[in-house]
Amino acid sequence: MNNKTSLMVAALKDGTVIDHIPSELVFTIASLLELDKLDSSVTIGYNLHSNKLGKKGIIKVADKYFSDEEISRLSVVAPNVVLNIIHDFDVVEKKEVIIPDELHGIVRCSNPKCISNNEPMHTYFHVVDKQQGILKCHYCEKEQNKSKVKLV
Amino acid sequence: MTKSFVTIADLSKEKIMSLLEAAARFEANPNRKTLDGRVIATLFFEPSTRTRLSFETAVNRLGGRVIGFSDAATSSSSKGESLKDTIMMVGNYADLIVMRHHLEGAARYASEISPAPIINAGDGANQHPSQTMLDLYSIYKTQGTLENLNIYLVGDLKYGRTVHSLLMAMRHFNPQFHFIAPKELAMPNEYKIYCKEHGINYVEHTDFTEETIADADILYMTRVQRERFTDLMEYERVKDVYILKADMLKGTRDNLRILHPLPRVNEIATDVDDSPKAYYFQQAKNGLYVREALICDCLGIEI
Repeated sequence: MNNKTSLMVAALKDGTVIDHIPSELVFTIASLLELDKLDSSVTIGYNLHSNKLGKKGIIKVADKYFSDEEISRLSVVAPNVVLNIIHDFDVVEKKEVIIPDELHGIVRCSNPKCISNNEPMHTYFHVVDKQQGILKCHYCEKEQNKSKVKLV
Repeated sequence: MTKSFVTIADLSKEKIMSLLEAAARFEANPNRKTLDGRVIATLFFEPSTRTRLSFETAVNRLGGRVIGFSDAATSSSSKGESLKDTIMMVGNYADLIVMRHHLEGAARYASEISPAPIINAGDGANQHPSQTMLDLYSIYKTQGTLENLNIYLVGDLKYGRTVHSLLMAMRHFNPQFHFIAPKELAMPNEYKIYCKEHGINYVEHTDFTEETIADADILYMTRVQRERFTDLMEYERVKDVYILKADMLKGTRDNLRILHPLPRVNEIATDVDDSPKAYYFQQAKNGLYVREALICDCLGIEI
Protein backbone atom coordinates (compact mmCIF):
# COMPACT_ATOMS: atom_id res chain seq x y z
CA MET A 1 0.00 0.00 0.00
CA ASN A 2 1.18 3.48 -0.81
CA ASN A 3 1.69 5.24 2.48
CA LYS A 4 0.99 8.63 0.98
CA THR A 5 -2.59 7.71 0.14
CA SER A 6 -3.38 5.80 3.30
CA LEU A 7 -5.11 7.54 6.12
CA MET A 8 -3.53 7.89 9.50
CA VAL A 9 -6.10 7.67 12.21
CA ALA A 10 -5.11 6.75 15.72
CA ALA A 11 -6.29 3.31 16.74
CA LEU A 12 -9.06 3.32 19.28
CA LYS A 13 -8.42 1.93 22.73
CA ASP A 14 -12.02 1.85 23.91
CA GLY A 15 -15.13 2.96 22.10
CA THR A 16 -17.14 2.37 18.95
CA VAL A 17 -16.17 2.29 15.29
CA ILE A 18 -18.99 2.66 12.82
CA ASP A 19 -17.85 1.31 9.50
CA HIS A 20 -19.22 0.83 5.99
CA ILE A 21 -21.21 4.03 6.03
CA PRO A 22 -22.24 5.26 2.58
CA SER A 23 -20.37 8.58 2.33
CA GLU A 24 -23.45 10.71 1.85
CA LEU A 25 -24.86 9.46 5.16
CA VAL A 26 -21.90 10.22 7.38
CA PHE A 27 -23.17 13.52 8.67
CA THR A 28 -26.74 12.28 8.96
CA ILE A 29 -25.54 9.48 11.19
CA ALA A 30 -23.39 11.86 13.21
CA SER A 31 -26.44 13.94 13.86
CA LEU A 32 -28.78 10.99 14.59
CA LEU A 33 -26.31 9.74 17.21
CA GLU A 34 -25.91 13.30 18.54
CA LEU A 35 -22.13 13.13 18.28
CA ASP A 36 -21.95 16.89 18.50
CA LYS A 37 -22.99 16.61 22.14
CA LEU A 38 -20.14 14.29 23.14
CA ASP A 39 -17.06 15.34 25.03
CA SER A 40 -14.84 12.45 23.95
CA SER A 41 -12.74 12.32 20.75
CA VAL A 42 -14.65 11.69 17.57
CA THR A 43 -12.95 11.02 14.26
CA ILE A 44 -15.05 11.30 11.14
CA GLY A 45 -13.72 9.95 7.86
CA TYR A 46 -15.50 11.02 4.72
CA ASN A 47 -15.13 9.97 1.06
CA LEU A 48 -12.60 7.27 1.91
CA HIS A 49 -11.81 4.64 -0.67
CA SER A 50 -13.74 1.39 -0.26
CA ASN A 51 -13.69 -1.67 -2.49
CA LYS A 52 -17.27 -2.52 -1.46
CA LEU A 53 -18.97 0.85 -1.51
CA GLY A 54 -16.70 2.90 -3.80
CA LYS A 55 -16.58 5.71 -1.30
CA LYS A 56 -17.32 5.16 2.33
CA GLY A 57 -17.40 6.92 5.61
CA ILE A 58 -16.16 5.83 8.98
CA ILE A 59 -16.79 7.25 12.42
CA LYS A 60 -14.67 6.50 15.46
CA VAL A 61 -15.99 7.49 18.83
CA ALA A 62 -13.73 7.12 21.84
CA ASP A 63 -15.06 5.93 25.19
CA LYS A 64 -18.65 5.68 24.04
CA TYR A 65 -20.94 2.66 23.64
CA PHE A 66 -24.30 3.31 22.07
CA SER A 67 -27.48 1.88 23.53
CA ASP A 68 -29.77 -0.28 21.40
CA GLU A 69 -32.24 2.60 21.35
CA GLU A 70 -29.61 4.95 19.97
CA ILE A 71 -28.53 2.42 17.36
CA SER A 72 -32.10 1.79 16.27
CA ARG A 73 -32.36 5.43 15.19
CA LEU A 74 -30.07 4.53 12.29
CA SER A 75 -32.47 1.90 10.96
CA VAL A 76 -34.39 4.25 8.70
CA VAL A 77 -31.43 5.69 6.80
CA ALA A 78 -28.57 3.24 7.24
CA PRO A 79 -29.82 -0.25 8.09
CA ASN A 80 -26.59 -1.87 6.86
CA VAL A 81 -23.95 -0.14 8.93
CA VAL A 82 -22.03 -2.14 11.50
CA LEU A 83 -20.88 -0.90 14.87
CA ASN A 84 -17.64 -2.39 16.16
CA ILE A 85 -17.37 -2.33 19.91
CA ILE A 86 -13.75 -1.83 20.93
CA HIS A 87 -12.22 -2.78 24.25
CA ASP A 88 -8.49 -2.43 24.77
CA PHE A 89 -7.79 -2.15 20.99
CA ASP A 90 -9.79 -5.30 20.17
CA VAL A 91 -13.14 -5.65 18.49
CA VAL A 92 -15.16 -7.51 21.11
CA GLU A 93 -18.55 -7.28 19.42
CA LYS A 94 -20.12 -6.30 16.11
CA LYS A 95 -23.55 -4.76 16.45
CA GLU A 96 -25.99 -4.55 13.57
CA VAL A 97 -28.78 -2.07 13.27
CA ILE A 98 -32.10 -3.58 14.26
CA ILE A 99 -35.35 -1.99 13.13
CA PRO A 100 -37.33 -1.16 16.28
CA ASP A 101 -41.10 -1.63 16.65
CA GLU A 102 -41.57 2.08 17.11
CA LEU A 103 -39.80 5.22 15.90
CA HIS A 104 -39.96 8.26 18.13
CA GLY A 105 -38.93 11.66 16.83
CA ILE A 106 -36.79 10.30 14.01
CA VAL A 107 -38.74 10.72 10.79
CA ARG A 108 -41.34 13.17 9.63
CA CYS A 109 -44.82 12.09 8.50
CA SER A 110 -45.28 12.51 4.75
CA ASN A 111 -48.88 13.61 5.18
CA PRO A 112 -48.93 17.44 5.21
CA LYS A 113 -52.32 17.35 6.92
CA CYS A 114 -51.01 15.27 9.81
CA ILE A 115 -51.13 16.99 13.19
CA SER A 116 -47.47 16.06 13.75
CA ASN A 117 -46.47 18.41 10.92
CA ASN A 118 -48.49 21.27 12.35
CA GLU A 119 -47.88 21.23 16.09
CA PRO A 120 -44.65 21.52 18.06
CA MET A 121 -44.57 17.81 19.00
CA HIS A 122 -42.59 14.62 18.51
CA THR A 123 -43.43 12.27 15.68
CA TYR A 124 -44.28 8.66 16.46
CA PHE A 125 -44.46 5.73 14.02
CA HIS A 126 -45.30 2.07 14.37
CA VAL A 127 -43.19 -0.20 12.20
CA VAL A 128 -45.88 -2.47 10.74
CA ASP A 129 -43.72 -4.40 8.27
CA LYS A 130 -40.00 -4.62 8.96
CA GLN A 131 -39.19 -6.51 5.78
CA GLN A 132 -40.84 -4.02 3.47
CA GLY A 133 -40.06 -1.05 5.71
CA ILE A 134 -43.65 0.08 6.16
CA LEU A 135 -44.29 2.66 8.83
CA LYS A 136 -47.65 3.76 10.16
CA CYS A 137 -48.02 7.20 11.64
CA HIS A 138 -49.38 6.89 15.18
CA TYR A 139 -51.39 10.09 14.70
CA CYS A 140 -52.87 10.27 11.18
CA GLU A 141 -52.73 6.46 10.76
CA LYS A 142 -51.29 6.77 7.22
CA GLU A 143 -48.96 4.00 6.15
CA GLN A 144 -45.79 5.04 4.35
CA ASN A 145 -42.62 3.43 3.09
CA LYS A 146 -39.44 4.27 4.95
CA SER A 147 -37.67 5.04 1.70
CA LYS A 148 -40.10 7.91 1.14
CA VAL A 149 -40.03 9.57 4.54
CA LYS A 150 -37.73 12.42 5.55
CA LEU A 151 -35.77 12.74 8.74
CA VAL A 152 -37.00 15.22 11.33
CA MET B 1 -61.97 5.02 34.71
CA THR B 2 -62.26 7.62 31.96
CA LYS B 3 -61.03 7.00 28.46
CA SER B 4 -60.91 8.63 25.08
CA PHE B 5 -62.63 7.50 21.91
CA VAL B 6 -60.51 8.45 18.91
CA THR B 7 -60.54 5.63 16.37
CA ILE B 8 -62.70 2.73 15.29
CA ALA B 9 -59.66 0.66 14.33
CA ASP B 10 -58.94 -0.86 17.71
CA LEU B 11 -62.47 -1.47 19.03
CA SER B 12 -63.13 -5.09 19.90
CA LYS B 13 -66.29 -6.90 18.89
CA GLU B 14 -67.39 -6.99 22.54
CA LYS B 15 -66.82 -3.26 22.91
CA ILE B 16 -68.83 -2.50 19.77
CA MET B 17 -71.71 -4.69 20.93
CA SER B 18 -71.79 -3.22 24.43
CA LEU B 19 -71.88 0.33 22.99
CA LEU B 20 -74.73 -0.65 20.64
CA GLU B 21 -76.68 -2.16 23.53
CA ALA B 22 -76.17 1.01 25.57
CA ALA B 23 -77.41 3.03 22.58
CA ALA B 24 -80.55 0.87 22.46
CA ARG B 25 -81.21 1.64 26.13
CA PHE B 26 -80.88 5.35 25.37
CA GLU B 27 -83.26 5.01 22.46
CA ALA B 28 -85.83 3.52 24.82
CA ASN B 29 -85.27 6.37 27.25
CA PRO B 30 -83.20 9.24 25.83
CA ASN B 31 -83.84 11.78 28.60
CA ARG B 32 -81.91 11.04 31.78
CA LYS B 33 -80.06 12.99 34.43
CA THR B 34 -76.89 10.95 33.96
CA LEU B 35 -74.67 14.00 33.36
CA ASP B 36 -76.15 16.16 36.09
CA GLY B 37 -73.49 18.64 37.19
CA ARG B 38 -71.05 17.73 34.42
CA VAL B 39 -69.55 20.11 31.88
CA ILE B 40 -68.83 18.87 28.36
CA ALA B 41 -66.76 20.94 25.93
CA THR B 42 -67.45 20.86 22.20
CA LEU B 43 -64.38 22.23 20.43
CA PHE B 44 -65.07 22.51 16.71
CA PHE B 45 -61.87 23.82 15.16
CA GLU B 46 -63.59 23.07 11.87
CA PRO B 47 -67.31 23.80 11.58
CA SER B 48 -69.73 20.86 11.39
CA THR B 49 -73.19 21.92 12.42
CA ARG B 50 -74.78 18.50 12.08
CA THR B 51 -72.26 16.66 14.25
CA ARG B 52 -72.02 19.43 16.82
CA LEU B 53 -75.79 19.66 17.27
CA SER B 54 -76.02 15.91 17.65
CA PHE B 55 -73.40 15.86 20.42
CA GLU B 56 -74.82 18.93 22.14
CA THR B 57 -78.33 17.49 22.04
CA ALA B 58 -76.99 14.29 23.59
CA VAL B 59 -75.38 16.25 26.45
CA ASN B 60 -78.51 18.33 26.99
CA ARG B 61 -80.79 15.31 27.06
CA LEU B 62 -78.54 13.76 29.72
CA GLY B 63 -78.72 16.89 31.86
CA GLY B 64 -75.15 18.09 31.30
CA ARG B 65 -73.93 21.52 30.30
CA VAL B 66 -72.03 22.50 27.19
CA ILE B 67 -69.15 24.95 26.70
CA GLY B 68 -67.10 25.41 23.55
CA PHE B 69 -66.91 26.98 20.13
CA SER B 70 -68.30 26.08 16.73
CA ASP B 71 -65.60 27.59 14.55
CA ALA B 72 -61.86 28.10 15.04
CA ALA B 73 -62.27 31.72 13.95
CA THR B 74 -63.98 32.46 17.27
CA SER B 75 -61.33 30.65 19.35
CA SER B 76 -57.81 31.59 20.30
CA SER B 77 -56.38 29.15 17.75
CA SER B 78 -57.02 31.96 15.25
CA LYS B 79 -54.46 33.95 17.27
CA GLY B 80 -51.94 31.19 16.74
CA GLU B 81 -52.44 29.22 19.94
CA SER B 82 -51.30 25.63 19.64
CA LEU B 83 -53.77 22.77 19.87
CA LYS B 84 -51.96 21.60 22.98
CA ASP B 85 -52.49 24.87 24.82
CA THR B 86 -56.18 25.01 23.92
CA ILE B 87 -56.71 21.40 25.04
CA MET B 88 -54.77 21.88 28.29
CA MET B 89 -56.86 24.91 29.15
CA VAL B 90 -60.26 23.41 28.28
CA GLY B 91 -59.29 20.04 29.75
CA ASN B 92 -58.97 21.76 33.11
CA TYR B 93 -62.50 23.18 32.85
CA ALA B 94 -64.51 20.35 31.32
CA ASP B 95 -65.11 16.71 32.26
CA LEU B 96 -64.98 15.62 28.62
CA ILE B 97 -63.91 17.20 25.34
CA VAL B 98 -65.69 16.50 22.05
CA MET B 99 -63.47 17.84 19.29
CA ARG B 100 -63.43 18.16 15.55
CA HIS B 101 -60.28 19.27 13.75
CA HIS B 102 -59.22 19.59 10.12
CA LEU B 103 -55.84 17.98 10.81
CA GLU B 104 -55.46 14.20 10.86
CA GLY B 105 -54.39 12.70 14.16
CA ALA B 106 -55.41 15.82 16.11
CA ALA B 107 -57.75 13.85 18.38
CA ARG B 108 -55.17 11.15 19.09
CA TYR B 109 -52.62 13.78 20.03
CA ALA B 110 -55.14 15.65 22.18
CA SER B 111 -56.03 12.42 23.99
CA GLU B 112 -52.37 11.96 24.96
CA ILE B 113 -52.01 15.37 26.57
CA SER B 114 -55.49 16.24 27.80
CA PRO B 115 -56.46 16.02 31.47
CA ALA B 116 -60.02 15.13 30.31
CA PRO B 117 -60.99 12.30 27.95
CA ILE B 118 -61.44 13.14 24.25
CA ILE B 119 -64.14 12.08 21.81
CA ASN B 120 -63.06 12.42 18.20
CA ALA B 121 -65.84 14.08 16.24
CA GLY B 122 -63.79 13.94 13.04
CA ASP B 123 -60.09 14.55 12.33
CA GLY B 124 -59.62 15.54 8.71
CA ALA B 125 -59.83 12.63 6.31
CA ASN B 126 -58.80 10.17 9.01
CA GLN B 127 -61.57 9.09 11.38
CA HIS B 128 -65.08 9.97 12.41
CA PRO B 129 -65.78 7.09 14.77
CA SER B 130 -69.11 8.28 16.17
CA GLN B 131 -70.45 8.28 12.59
CA THR B 132 -69.28 4.70 12.20
CA MET B 133 -70.96 3.72 15.46
CA LEU B 134 -74.25 5.21 14.32
CA ASP B 135 -73.91 3.40 10.99
CA LEU B 136 -73.37 0.14 12.88
CA TYR B 137 -76.30 0.88 15.15
CA SER B 138 -78.53 1.57 12.14
CA ILE B 139 -77.49 -1.69 10.52
CA TYR B 140 -77.94 -3.63 13.74
CA LYS B 141 -81.34 -2.11 14.41
CA THR B 142 -82.75 -2.64 10.93
CA GLN B 143 -81.33 -6.12 10.34
CA GLY B 144 -81.48 -7.46 13.90
CA THR B 145 -77.84 -8.54 13.61
CA LEU B 146 -74.47 -7.42 12.27
CA GLU B 147 -73.47 -10.94 11.22
CA ASN B 148 -73.30 -12.31 7.65
CA LEU B 149 -74.82 -9.31 5.85
CA ASN B 150 -74.56 -8.26 2.20
CA ILE B 151 -73.38 -4.68 2.35
CA TYR B 152 -73.16 -2.56 -0.80
CA LEU B 153 -71.04 0.59 -0.69
CA VAL B 154 -71.86 2.98 -3.52
CA GLY B 155 -70.29 6.16 -4.90
CA ASP B 156 -67.04 7.72 -3.77
CA LEU B 157 -65.15 4.84 -2.20
CA LYS B 158 -61.76 6.49 -2.69
CA TYR B 159 -62.10 9.52 -0.44
CA GLY B 160 -65.14 8.45 1.56
CA ARG B 161 -63.92 8.30 5.14
CA THR B 162 -67.20 6.82 6.37
CA VAL B 163 -67.03 3.78 4.08
CA HIS B 164 -63.44 3.04 5.08
CA SER B 165 -64.26 3.12 8.78
CA LEU B 166 -67.39 1.04 8.28
CA LEU B 167 -65.36 -1.54 6.39
CA MET B 168 -62.87 -1.80 9.25
CA ALA B 169 -65.53 -1.99 11.95
CA MET B 170 -67.40 -4.76 10.09
CA ARG B 171 -64.36 -7.05 10.11
CA HIS B 172 -65.71 -8.79 13.21
CA PHE B 173 -69.01 -9.77 11.58
CA ASN B 174 -68.24 -11.81 8.46
CA PRO B 175 -69.79 -9.40 5.93
CA GLN B 176 -70.01 -9.81 2.14
CA PHE B 177 -69.11 -6.41 0.71
CA HIS B 178 -69.84 -5.07 -2.77
CA PHE B 179 -67.94 -1.97 -3.87
CA ILE B 180 -69.81 0.02 -6.52
CA ALA B 181 -67.84 2.99 -7.83
CA PRO B 182 -66.48 4.64 -10.96
CA LYS B 183 -62.87 3.69 -11.70
CA GLU B 184 -61.53 7.05 -10.55
CA LEU B 185 -63.18 6.68 -7.17
CA ALA B 186 -62.68 2.95 -6.64
CA MET B 187 -61.84 1.49 -3.23
CA PRO B 188 -58.12 2.17 -2.60
CA ASN B 189 -55.71 -0.75 -2.60
CA GLU B 190 -54.78 -0.40 1.06
CA TYR B 191 -58.39 -1.19 2.04
CA LYS B 192 -58.57 -4.14 -0.33
CA ILE B 193 -55.40 -5.45 1.32
CA TYR B 194 -57.05 -4.83 4.67
CA CYS B 195 -60.01 -6.95 3.52
CA LYS B 196 -57.73 -9.79 2.47
CA GLU B 197 -55.79 -9.67 5.72
CA HIS B 198 -59.00 -9.84 7.74
CA GLY B 199 -60.83 -12.40 5.62
CA ILE B 200 -63.47 -9.95 4.40
CA ASN B 201 -65.07 -10.96 1.09
CA TYR B 202 -65.71 -8.28 -1.51
CA VAL B 203 -66.78 -7.92 -5.12
CA GLU B 204 -66.16 -4.80 -7.20
CA HIS B 205 -68.63 -3.36 -9.70
CA THR B 206 -68.67 -0.29 -11.90
CA ASP B 207 -72.33 -0.59 -12.91
CA PHE B 208 -75.12 0.34 -10.54
CA THR B 209 -78.42 -1.21 -11.56
CA GLU B 210 -81.43 -3.01 -10.15
CA GLU B 211 -79.69 -6.33 -10.89
CA THR B 212 -76.46 -5.38 -9.10
CA ILE B 213 -78.26 -4.60 -5.85
CA ALA B 214 -80.86 -7.40 -5.88
CA ASP B 215 -79.23 -9.28 -2.96
CA ALA B 216 -78.38 -6.28 -0.82
CA ASP B 217 -79.26 -6.07 2.87
CA ILE B 218 -77.67 -2.66 3.23
CA LEU B 219 -77.11 -0.08 0.52
CA TYR B 220 -74.68 2.56 1.78
CA MET B 221 -74.80 5.55 -0.56
CA THR B 222 -72.17 8.32 -0.73
CA ARG B 223 -71.83 11.39 -2.84
CA VAL B 224 -69.79 11.49 -6.06
CA GLN B 225 -68.27 14.96 -5.90
CA ARG B 226 -67.21 16.86 -8.99
CA GLU B 227 -64.07 18.24 -7.32
CA ARG B 228 -62.72 14.72 -6.81
CA PHE B 229 -62.25 14.18 -10.54
CA THR B 230 -59.09 15.08 -12.39
CA ASP B 231 -60.84 14.27 -15.68
CA LEU B 232 -64.06 16.25 -15.96
CA MET B 233 -65.14 14.26 -19.04
CA GLU B 234 -65.12 11.20 -16.82
CA TYR B 235 -67.19 13.04 -14.24
CA GLU B 236 -69.79 14.01 -16.84
CA ARG B 237 -69.91 10.40 -17.98
CA VAL B 238 -70.48 8.86 -14.55
CA LYS B 239 -72.25 11.56 -12.55
CA ASP B 240 -75.70 10.16 -13.26
CA VAL B 241 -74.72 6.50 -13.01
CA TYR B 242 -74.46 6.38 -9.22
CA ILE B 243 -77.87 7.83 -8.47
CA LEU B 244 -80.39 5.68 -6.68
CA LYS B 245 -83.95 5.99 -8.02
CA ALA B 246 -87.14 4.49 -6.61
CA ASP B 247 -87.73 2.17 -9.59
CA MET B 248 -84.38 0.45 -8.91
CA LEU B 249 -85.77 -0.85 -5.63
CA LYS B 250 -88.49 -3.05 -7.19
CA GLY B 251 -86.57 -6.31 -7.19
CA THR B 252 -84.70 -5.73 -3.96
CA ARG B 253 -85.08 -7.61 -0.68
CA ASP B 254 -87.77 -6.60 1.79
CA ASN B 255 -85.21 -6.16 4.55
CA LEU B 256 -83.04 -3.84 2.42
CA ARG B 257 -82.34 -0.49 4.06
CA ILE B 258 -80.69 2.49 2.42
CA LEU B 259 -78.14 4.42 4.45
CA HIS B 260 -76.36 7.69 3.71
CA PRO B 261 -74.08 9.70 6.03
CA LEU B 262 -75.73 12.95 4.80
CA PRO B 263 -75.71 15.64 3.54
CA ARG B 264 -77.23 14.29 0.34
CA VAL B 265 -77.11 16.24 -2.90
CA ASN B 266 -78.62 14.25 -5.76
CA GLU B 267 -77.21 10.73 -5.32
CA ILE B 268 -80.52 9.56 -3.88
CA ALA B 269 -83.51 10.78 -5.88
CA THR B 270 -86.17 12.34 -3.67
CA ASP B 271 -88.73 9.74 -4.81
CA VAL B 272 -86.76 7.20 -2.74
CA ASP B 273 -87.57 9.14 0.46
CA ASP B 274 -91.09 7.71 0.53
CA SER B 275 -89.93 4.11 0.31
CA PRO B 276 -90.00 2.12 3.56
CA LYS B 277 -86.48 1.07 2.61
CA ALA B 278 -85.16 4.63 2.95
CA TYR B 279 -83.51 4.87 6.33
CA TYR B 280 -81.12 7.84 6.14
CA PHE B 281 -83.17 10.26 8.24
CA GLN B 282 -83.69 7.74 11.05
CA GLN B 283 -79.99 6.93 10.70
CA ALA B 284 -79.13 10.53 11.58
CA LYS B 285 -81.50 10.36 14.53
CA ASN B 286 -79.74 7.22 15.77
CA GLY B 287 -76.63 9.38 16.09
CA LEU B 288 -78.14 10.94 19.18
CA TYR B 289 -78.49 7.62 21.06
CA VAL B 290 -75.08 6.40 20.00
CA ARG B 291 -73.47 9.64 21.14
CA GLU B 292 -75.26 9.45 24.48
CA ALA B 293 -73.76 5.97 24.86
CA LEU B 294 -70.27 7.13 23.83
CA ILE B 295 -70.26 10.10 26.20
CA CYS B 296 -71.26 7.91 29.16
CA ASP B 297 -68.74 5.25 28.21
CA CYS B 298 -65.90 7.78 28.07
CA LEU B 299 -66.86 9.10 31.50
CA GLY B 300 -67.08 5.60 32.95
CA ILE B 301 -70.82 5.94 33.64
CA GLU B 302 -72.69 2.62 33.62
CA ILE B 303 -76.04 2.58 31.86
